[in-house]
Amino acid sequence: MRYRQAIALLALVGCFVALYLWLHALGYGGAIKCGASGGCEAVQTSPWAVFLGLPVAFFGVAGYFTLLVVAVAALRPAALAQRGWNTVLALLASIGFLFTGYLTYLEFFVIHALCRWCVGSAVIMTAIWIVAVLSVRSPVLRTDRGASQPPPDPQA
Amino acid sequence: MNRFYVVLAVVAIVLGVVVFALLRTGGGGASAAAAGTPPTVADDGFRGYTLGPGTARVEITEYLDFECPVCASFATIQMPTITEQLINTGKVRWRFRDYPLPIHKYSRFAAHAAQCAGAQGRYFEMQDQLFEHHQWAQTGRDPSGLFRDLAQTAGVNLTAYDACMKEGKYAQRIEYSRQEGDSLRVDGTPTFFVNGRKLEFRRLPGSDDFKVIVDSVIAHAPPPQPTEMQRQHQHPAP
Repeated sequence: MRYRQAIALLALVGCFVALYLWLHALGYGGAIKCGASGGCEAVQTSPWAVFLGLPVAFFGVAGYFTLLVVAVAALRPAALAQRGWNTVLALLASIGFLFTGYLTYLEFFVIHALCRWCVGSAVIMTAIWIVAVLSVRSPVLRTDRGASQPPPDPQA
Repeated sequence: MNRFYVVLAVVAIVLGVVVFALLRTGGGGASAAAAGTPPTVADDGFRGYTLGPGTARVEITEYLDFECPVCASFATIQMPTITEQLINTGKVRWRFRDYPLPIHKYSRFAAHAAQCAGAQGRYFEMQDQLFEHHQWAQTGRDPSGLFRDLAQTAGVNLTAYDACMKEGKYAQRIEYSRQEGDSLRVDGTPTFFVNGRKLEFRRLPGSDDFKVIVDSVIAHAPPPQPTEMQRQHQHPAP
């Protein structure tokens, strides 16, 4: 459960980071808040800032939101014991992780500019991926009556 | 479990407020559509406003940033002499292209103001206003009100100007120009190209530098080919 909660929280934060970049790409808010380096503008205005005709940040919002919804769905009492959710989360996180890795590669080696917001998003997505992989490798959650009941009182 | 959802909701609210604050303070009161980077770029075929005749043998393209103090200095100190000696004499056609630098908060907005004025045939008047009253670039304050005043002084109809700025009508055009500059390896402003060839200076060039360059290009360029009509006049058909 802790893994899924962590993924939900991280995905929520990532969703807002991507949302800010997406809204900026749509022209809201004027100049991006990114320090004086200009890295964010360089990245956001590069040809790689648009993917399939949409700002890349949109895919970030969609990805994080999907992870958030799946993680919250996996936290329902009925879903807690179902390990399939961990696999789904790990699969989604892996897609996000690969996409983020590709974008980070572009920043370092093609655009030659680093956007702090993008780096932040990459850190969040990497953290989600690590947690998701750990959740797949974690032991099976026991939900039988004995395991969920408090230990017997020795004075009783 | 319920406590976790409360935490999630609180974090969502806090982050929502933070994003809202970032967007509000990002562009001040300046129209976001005009001040920000457009999500997509389209080529509308526009290649910059020009001064000088189309028949000039030398074309100089200048990539400029309206917030750049060096561009303002060049425009106010060097350009009057260049206009008098090279442009008005028909030697040079001068082309202005936008290259808003990302470090400048309002350079896109200023370029957009100039384009909106240009739509009403007042590009050069607005350009003069923006460069002559360049203190707006030093204050860091939202210049949208000042730009309206400058547009009015430049003879721009403010109703059409306001609509143009609000819509961000030329944001894609400006971004296209900037990307074009990138493809030509423009690395600062102002950057100049003479007949498509990039000029490299270690200091801001002056009008004398351009006079030398233009005279040299004209001296080494082949003479202009006569037009078909001129040829017929020279060799009339029997």
